[in-house]
Amino acid sequence: MMRLPWFDYRAPKSIEEAAKILAWEGTGAMLLAGGTDLLPNMKRRHQMPGTLVGLRNIEDLKRVSNGNGLRLGAGLTLTELLAVRGLRDRYRGLAQAAAQVATPLLRNMGTLGGNLCLDTRCTYYNQNYEWRQAINFCMKKDGDVCWVATASRRCLAVSSTDTAPALIALGARVKLVSAAGAREVALDDLYNNDGIDYLKRKPDEILTEILLPKPAGWKSTYWKLRRRGSFDFPLLGVGAAVKTAGDGTVEEARLVLGAVSSHPLVIKTDSLLGKKLTDDAIAEIGETAESRAKPMDNTDMDLRWRKHVVADFVGYALRELRGDDMGATRLRIAKQLV
Amino acid sequence: MSGNGKIERRRNVQLRLNLNGEEAEVSFAPYKTLLEVLREDLGLTGTKHGCELGECGACTVLVDGTPVLSCLQLAVECEGRSVETIEGLARGNALHPLQAAFADHGGSQCGYCTPGVIMTAKALLGEEPNPSRDRIREATSGNLCRCTGYNQIVESIEVAAADLRTPGK
Amino acid sequence: MSTGKRLDVVGKPRRRVDSRGKVLGQLRFADDLSLPRMLHCKLLRSPHPHARIESIDVSRAEKHPGVHLVLTGKDFPIPFGIMPVAQDEHALAPERVRFVGDPVAAVIAKDEQTAGEALGLIEVKYQPLPTIATPEEALANAETRIHDYGEQGNIHRNQAYEFGDVEEALAGSDHVFEDTFFYEGNTHLPMEQQASLAAVEGDGKLTLSSSTQNPHYLHRQLARVLQMPASQIRVIATPNGGGFGGKCDPANHELVVSKAALILGRPVKICLTREEVFYQHRGRHPVLMRFRTGVTKDGRLTGMHLQTLLDGGGYGSHGPASTFYTGVLTPVTYELPRFKFEACRVFTNKPPCGPKRGHGTPQPRFGQEVQLDKIAEKLGLDPAEMRLGMVTKADALTANWLKIGSTGLAECIRKVVEMSGWKEKHRKLPEGRGVGLACSAYMCGAGVSIYWNKMPHSGVQLLLDRSGQVSVLCGATEIGQGSDDVLAAIVAETLGIGTGDVRVHTGDTGLTPIDLGSYSSRVTVMMGNAALQAAGRVREQIVAAAAESLEILPGRVLLSQGRVFSADDSSKTMSFAEAVTLAESKFGTLGAVGSYAPPRQPGRYKGSGVGPSPAYSFSACVVETEVDPATGWITVPKIWVAHDIGRAINPVHARGQVIGGVYMGLGEALMEEQVFRRLPAKLSGALVHRIPSMLEYKSLTSLDMPEVEVALVEEPDPNCPFGAKEAGQGPLLPVMPAVANAIFDAVGVRIDELPITPDKVLAALQLKAEGKPPRIGPGSFPNVPYAKAMFVLPPWEGGDGNESTPQRAIAGAAGT
Repeated sequence: MMRLPWFDYRAPKSIEEAAKILAWEGTGAMLLAGGTDLLPNMKRRHQMPGTLVGLRNIEDLKRVSNGNGLRLGAGLTLTELLAVRGLRDRYRGLAQAAAQVATPLLRNMGTLGGNLCLDTRCTYYNQNYEWRQAINFCMKKDGDVCWVATASRRCLAVSSTDTAPALIALGARVKLVSAAGAREVALDDLYNNDGIDYLKRKPDEILTEILLPKPAGWKSTYWKLRRRGSFDFPLLGVGAAVKTAGDGTVEEARLVLGAVSSHPLVIKTDSLLGKKLTDDAIAEIGETAESRAKPMDNTDMDLRWRKHVVADFVGYALRELRGDDMGATRLRIAKQLV
Repeated sequence: MSGNGKIERRRNVQLRLNLNGEEAEVSFAPYKTLLEVLREDLGLTGTKHGCELGECGACTVLVDGTPVLSCLQLAVECEGRSVETIEGLARGNALHPLQAAFADHGGSQCGYCTPGVIMTAKALLGEEPNPSRDRIREATSGNLCRCTGYNQIVESIEVAAADLRTPGK
Repeated sequence: MSTGKRLDVVGKPRRRVDSRGKVLGQLRFADDLSLPRMLHCKLLRSPHPHARIESIDVSRAEKHPGVHLVLTGKDFPIPFGIMPVAQDEHALAPERVRFVGDPVAAVIAKDEQTAGEALGLIEVKYQPLPTIATPEEALANAETRIHDYGEQGNIHRNQAYEFGDVEEALAGSDHVFEDTFFYEGNTHLPMEQQASLAAVEGDGKLTLSSSTQNPHYLHRQLARVLQMPASQIRVIATPNGGGFGGKCDPANHELVVSKAALILGRPVKICLTREEVFYQHRGRHPVLMRFRTGVTKDGRLTGMHLQTLLDGGGYGSHGPASTFYTGVLTPVTYELPRFKFEACRVFTNKPPCGPKRGHGTPQPRFGQEVQLDKIAEKLGLDPAEMRLGMVTKADALTANWLKIGSTGLAECIRKVVEMSGWKEKHRKLPEGRGVGLACSAYMCGAGVSIYWNKMPHSGVQLLLDRSGQVSVLCGATEIGQGSDDVLAAIVAETLGIGTGDVRVHTGDTGLTPIDLGSYSSRVTVMMGNAALQAAGRVREQIVAAAAESLEILPGRVLLSQGRVFSADDSSKTMSFAEAVTLAESKFGTLGAVGSYAPPRQPGRYKGSGVGPSPAYSFSACVVETEVDPATGWITVPKIWVAHDIGRAINPVHARGQVIGGVYMGLGEALMEEQVFRRLPAKLSGALVHRIPSMLEYKSLTSLDMPEVEVALVEEPDPNCPFGAKEAGQGPLLPVMPAVANAIFDAVGVRIDELPITPDKVLAALQLKAEGKPPRIGPGSFPNVPYAKAMFVLPPWEGGDGNESTPQRAIAGAAGT
């Protein structure tokens, strides 16, 4: 039986109390939301916090409010998120991303905030202590080489969150709270392109809310590549959103790739603006995306193939937004309707 | 591989929960997950484990009615909550319709994934009494099975669903 | 008895006798056991793929609070191994480690957490040795020997046989097809991680309860390693949470906890982590294969030359048998006049390979069935018709002297052709969709035991008493396949009672007669025949006593549905329990034993013991695929399979076994692989399992598994109980080649290696677009120093089953 190391456990009832504990405990404390990312890592001795700060009892983290857009508590489980009224209609890309995270059981536990803060992943890193000992560890934990590319000076672990690409495409912002105060940042600005220092969240900050703008005129989608219909982290995520004029001309567009870099990779969409989503326009931006994607040999499946299919997946996403019926393709790829 | 916890911290903690409909109290090492406490401190070994990392579904139990992985559920976070395991399903000596269907229709071969998948199915049928075959596959897609190829698991759940929908059951 | 009579139990869908405990969570697997004063064990494993152990310092670990005992290699001087010719393992490595994960020390402590902490306090000094990662490296670096035994260098086993002059046959063929295939290794991935609990009982004897498929072989190895009389040891095979061959070998941890319990006088338990299960492995060998096959222009086989190269990993395991199995069953499916196979197994610094579902045969069957598809394509024949034209006939001999008993292969082919709509689909579906067909055969039990002896392969004991209770005892092990239910059903059918009236005790060397174990699909046939004999003997006593009381002839007594009665006069009847009481009064305490050993086989040459079986099962499979030509993405919407099971003892569960086999085969076809990562040699000698986790070792989920339509073909075999053959392994075998053939039908590319992944399909499609041969697979076959082939004449060329001299040698000698 894999077992957790010893730790102290705290269960604050409010965000303020949690922030105070973090401020007091410093880097020895870690936040525990759904536990589906942190606890396996602790069992494998990636992280061994002296104190776990359980967020489960903080009601405010579950709050959903509509107003000028949608505010989602970071503590909503992905299953609870999917039950938020109107989500599937108004923020379809987010719903499609959330519905494809891990498994139904893990979605009952894992939270939206947890998925956004998901530790970067790498097949040299997501291994038991003994396995990592056999390769003399890696720079992300206990070692100094990045085995993915030994000349690399930074860690190449992969950003593997499904919801971040979808949310960035939707223009989401997040709220971070510490004992010193609160701040809001664009979700895109939460991430660094670095497998170790992948979050700009400070150690004493709690990600409390996700803020979505009104969806007026926007349509969104999310496509996920993984080997199986369940369990697997993304090998590629495509979050896309477009705002079109009545005649289908693109006024604004956002395209974000997941799992091909250490951060969600935002692709410039200038080439789409002022055009209709023709096959040519889609192919052009698909090629751009493919050239920018840098999959490495540290997840599942062949890396050249993963790069090759970026254009195809971008195409699926944009054709769906154009109004094509992509149901059959979706079913073949996702193995379920999402 | 050793924890960096200090010796003085290493004391058992106390937990009260509603376990299969009965109030239960248990003392355990605080690093334990619900899986470990159920199996090792409460003697309920019906809940199985295949990875302890959330990668197989064998340890599925219901917490407040929701199927979760007990290997990733801190036991200290179950204070005052309701936990239902495979041992709580039968009524007296009579099998729950899901248990009967799995036994009769090949849903269980080696039996190791069985408790987890039955608990998942129980939650599904609680919310959706008449799920489609696709919906059953989707709902159970977090429970790996290496024996059955799933066909007879899906069929067993369909049989149980029909049985549970029959008035008088 | 097995024919003619209307059957009450056999062939009827039934709740399995062990399923109630399973669905209640009441059945106790090994890790569910606990005993008062129980301690917990963890193993320290090597972080080096190949190294000499210079020293081990356990002093800090021994002093850690809560630690009771630390064991190392010096505590286990006696080596072991499942096969008498490969006793090359130690419970804990004494001086050399041969793969990352090889156990070197054990800590026994008050709990697992403490034991795990203490492992970190053991200091081992290693002297790294050169790493051998592949068979090619093993052959090229003969001087870096992983073991100091074997044929030569790193060659563990070399086996070569020629049945008739194959070169002559190929020279006389209309076409000779030459193809090379690669089948990647993969592992069993049972849901249950291996666990064992050892305890010294009140009588001073050792009991080991363990998730083992083969308690008898484990019992022998325990006696050997612990240097104790076997009579002082009891092995209880707990119900296995899946085995698939992975729990056949005696395992390090089983020996370690037994030794620890004997030293400490306290129960000691271990449960492997999932990562450790990947190191225990004993799974599918990676095999490189070359086929040279001669055919006539109408598609009949003339001769075949098969070469195989097996990557064995760090130890022998079942390797000698695995090596044979890459050759010997090849001629069972189709008439093959002449056959030569050369097989070689090498050692590498990876977890040892061994028997996985189909043991050694899925690899060549994949190559053979894909090559047949290519032959049919080239000759313009329908693959199903071509196969139908050359299936082996009932009671025939093969070129290598295997005796086919019953065969339903032709019927299996006809069934899947009909169910799948093959004739409307093959070569007729639109681009991107296709169907593929393949067949196979498998043994119903290995004809000889793993160690040489003249004793039964299976024994069954029945105990009955005046309460009407029927207890059946057999050493066979329930690994999820349903053997307890088969045992109960055969006894119940014979005695005219229900399976619920039978109390089943299995897999306990202290209580049950010996059965060799749950491997080689032997249990239904061997245990079943032994049970049939025991039950028949008891039945005679019951019949005699009842006949006397009913005043009728014994020959007119029937037993059915819990009654014993006259065939002629329905008023002459009594309950089964009353009849048992009469029999106990007449004969004294009731009981009987039955035993079974397979019939002697016609092959007489050295090595002819591997391959013979009392019967063979046959399967045919059609797979439908959809392939996206832009990405190579593969979807399998449906699979049809027909399996000649002889007779289904319990059709619900027989169907479950078949679907389960198809599931595992589809996983092997599309994604399962036990693969390794080597770091840049300049920086590190590391060679690690790439993905030792449930998440990254990809097994199909419920969303990846299509619906499977099953036809059970019932061609009862006279050697088998009620005609019943195996279902646990055979149905897996045709799936992989059927997938490959379906992909060819869909997009016209050949993927000659497993697993078949979208990247390979896409690469082949790109070759096709460039006008190059649209094939992905191994390019060449290395120069393997095969042994000189033993020559045996096939039965139809005047052979007598012994080794003989080839005509070409005689002719050659005459010419000099």
